[in-house]
Amino acid sequence: MASTDATTDSSLPEGSKRDSMLPDRLRPSPFKEFWGYFCENRGAIVGLFVFVAFILIALFADVLAPHSATEQYRDALLQPPAWQDGGSTRFLLGTDAVGRDMLSRLIYGARYSFFIGVIVVVISAGTGVLIGLLAGFARGWVDTLIMRLMDVLLAFPSLLLALVMVAILGPSLINAMIAIGIVLQPHYVRLTRAAVMQELPKDYVTSARVVGASRLRLMFVTVLPNCLAPIIVQAALSFSTAILDAAALGFLGLGAQPPTPEWGTMLADAREFVLRAWWVVTFPGLAILINVLAINLMGDGLRDALDPKLKRS
Amino acid sequence: MPLLDVRNLCVDFRTANGLFRAVDGVDVQVNVGDVLAIVGESGSGKSVSMLALMGLLPWTATINADLLHFDGVDLASANTQQRRSIIGKDVAMIFQEPMSSLNPCFTIGFQLRETMKAHLPLSRRERQSRAIQLLEQVGLPEPERRLKAFPHQLSGGMCQRVMIAMAIACKPKLLIADEPTPALDVTIQAQILELLLDLQKDTGMALVLITHDMGVVAETAQRVSVQYAGQKVEEQGVRDLFANPHHPYTHALLAALPERATSRQLPSIPGVVPGQFDRPKGCLFSPRCTYAKDRCFQEVPVAAPPALGLARCHYPLVDGIAQREVS
Amino acid sequence: MLNNNTLIEATDLSRHYEVSNGLFGGKSTVKALSSASFHLQAGSTLAVVGESGCGKSTLARVVTMIEPPTAGQLILDGHRISGDISLTDEQRAELRASVQIVFQDPFGSLNPRQSIGRILEEPVLINRPSVSPTQREQQAREMLAMVGLRPEHYDRYPHMFSGGQRQRIAVARALMLEPRILVLDEPVSALDLSIQSQILNLLVELQERLNLAYLFISHDLSVVRHMADEVMVMYLGRVVESGSAAAVFDSPKHPYTQALLSATPVADPTREQTRIRLQGELPSPLNPPAGCAFNPRCWRAQDRCRVTAPELSDEGTHIVACYFPLHD
Repeated sequence: MASTDATTDSSLPEGSKRDSMLPDRLRPSPFKEFWGYFCENRGAIVGLFVFVAFILIALFADVLAPHSATEQYRDALLQPPAWQDGGSTRFLLGTDAVGRDMLSRLIYGARYSFFIGVIVVVISAGTGVLIGLLAGFARGWVDTLIMRLMDVLLAFPSLLLALVMVAILGPSLINAMIAIGIVLQPHYVRLTRAAVMQELPKDYVTSARVVGASRLRLMFVTVLPNCLAPIIVQAALSFSTAILDAAALGFLGLGAQPPTPEWGTMLADAREFVLRAWWVVTFPGLAILINVLAINLMGDGLRDALDPKLKRS
Repeated sequence: MPLLDVRNLCVDFRTANGLFRAVDGVDVQVNVGDVLAIVGESGSGKSVSMLALMGLLPWTATINADLLHFDGVDLASANTQQRRSIIGKDVAMIFQEPMSSLNPCFTIGFQLRETMKAHLPLSRRERQSRAIQLLEQVGLPEPERRLKAFPHQLSGGMCQRVMIAMAIACKPKLLIADEPTPALDVTIQAQILELLLDLQKDTGMALVLITHDMGVVAETAQRVSVQYAGQKVEEQGVRDLFANPHHPYTHALLAALPERATSRQLPSIPGVVPGQFDRPKGCLFSPRCTYAKDRCFQEVPVAAPPALGLARCHYPLVDGIAQREVS
Repeated sequence: MLNNNTLIEATDLSRHYEVSNGLFGGKSTVKALSSASFHLQAGSTLAVVGESGCGKSTLARVVTMIEPPTAGQLILDGHRISGDISLTDEQRAELRASVQIVFQDPFGSLNPRQSIGRILEEPVLINRPSVSPTQREQQAREMLAMVGLRPEHYDRYPHMFSGGQRQRIAVARALMLEPRILVLDEPVSALDLSIQSQILNLLVELQERLNLAYLFISHDLSVVRHMADEVMVMYLGRVVESGSAAAVFDSPKHPYTQALLSATPVADPTREQTRIRLQGELPSPLNPPAGCAFNPRCWRAQDRCRVTAPELSDEGTHIVACYFPLHD
């Protein structure tokens, strides 16, 4: 800034204009800051890489899989993985009881898991956030009614509730997803309502009211974007829960129906061969484990980066 | 020998975006019976230096100092045991938010007795009677009943009185008050400041008052140390400082007070305090300084002689007029 | 004294809250604001002074129509507002355009997820949908220049600004609808001293340029003395003293005003300290004392003060609510 010739004390500048002449603070952009915090958590990085790999596999399953997921090779029933006696490089991870290639089935299974995760999160987060916003804004009896209803939903063991719903709707992958979505949705309602109630008394909401913003505008334009951080974290974590629950339902025969190469269903089909052919059970189980672990690690990193309460200065 | 002697204290914080120097080469000397005010805006590091002394900084902070002596003990080399015997007993601190400085789960009496238990060889009954005596000393009515009260049952002013009672429970030699009043109303603020000064006079302890309010400084302190962006820029006796500030920052700060205004437009300081990402190269105040010359943008100034208020400036002011080079 | 320059005219304005005392305690009423009367002219500043719980923020919320008054009458820029009659949407939009507010905390008052441009344009977007987007942007950029920010700040987000700059943005937003009245709720008390004077200068400048009326709410008497033309001192929801700034500051008549003035620290170490020691603290607004609300802390209180509350009466230079006003 230019220095003024100053020898007397009365020549202090009238400041209001000159404030703007100063260089702006070179603060990193919000995304960079977010990425910085995210990278501090090593597990999160590993999780992210695994998750991205998982998405790529799901997307390019057609290219990656050596065989079809449903074709039965009658000449190679229960063939062990390639590195074991009796295995061959034709079926790297062996085959199952009806001669289907395990590797291909796992690769196509990634598609289903991803699909389940996305749909369930969309169903549960979508309805949950809407209901939560409504409860947070409405207060009074609407709020009470919604929250008690959610308490009832939360009071059931989640898998049991999903089971009951699938039993009513009939066993299929779509119904299983809807059931899991409904089971997970109360978490979003509570989270959103809490976040809304935290934001509502803030001055920026009041000033939006003073300029006459409508209810809907307040809800979706003013308040909702500021409540997103915890919701995103919850979405990441419920992605993995959805995959787990879907696998569990599949295992119980109430989710995806055979011959769908869904990991949980694959486990269920392989139950009777646990002792004879370890690979038919182990690989789908491992796939579920790695997947869920990666997403949870990533979710942890997201929470570190997005949740201001845990943020270190 | 001063009671508290800190030389060249530096505190760095590790942040996601690299090191941030919150305190940069600060000297503090407090004698027995002193009332020192440390003044500065937010980001001036005025609280951090005292928290560093108390060992209350988070793990991301690194503390370096040439000298860190309290009452003849070297705090930098002292082990945890020795530190603990000094901090909380001989050095006590009160904070800005009286409501959140007290644990809401326990009664006032319990918390007061707990403080004494840690440092004083008193029996149960003695502790109880001392607690009552302390509350009387800080001017809380009905002390016996108050001892059974929980923090939420008291007002902000009363909580601050309880905090002061806890701080003086072990008869400290040094009391650090970190912005003790801005959360309180004006009339309550006056009561609390008066109480602190009375206690200081009665017990002869030294008082360090951290504040940003020039009015509070003028009415309480004997000596004032002005901090800017982590550095001490000036230190003077209170009357001299208000009458004849030597550092341009102090000068501008005093001129910006509404009560000193002569016209409707206040003389104001342009710009903002430099942050982590825009620290200037030379003098930290140079981008906002009316008197800055080329040298100020290049060279870091050192403190001027005590006659010029130790002003960290190449061209300190005398009676509002910039001097030729000092060093 | 009333003319068409009078922008706010409040008569016996009150705002009461119902507070429930637990499950079986029934309800009690908090009189956050009781019968405040004042008026405010274009181009002048009325300061409302008092400690926490004195009702100054409630007054701000009533005047900006965030809350309706429980009783009394408020005429804003020619429009009558009171608790019982509801306004049409059109009238509301019109009124909103004439009174706007700036809050204390510049970190809470801007939506962190909106760019400065959107923050500034929102009032226009909502209230004047006929204005075209390019015109809106034009207005926002002009406003940025007016409050001393640069046009390229238009696309940035609030977290990139310091407290002082944010307060400029908040002022800019409040001015987007070209209001004639600005309610300033402690606009500088969250700011550092060196920034405080920048914002005060900006406010003075804008008032002169746009002939704005300010309702200036503050607890900092040195700031009030600098800014105000008229001062209204409040205690526990009631106006205790009101008059021109010079009259109130130079010859305070109510004991509370005098105590407040003497308790405010002055940045002059050579000043003689003759402080009035106020005993005790603010009584709870849930359970105010009988008679004059100030009587438990007042050194001049007599029996009469403990029975009935004094009304505001003319004491020559200004009005005071005290049976035993001080004379110098």
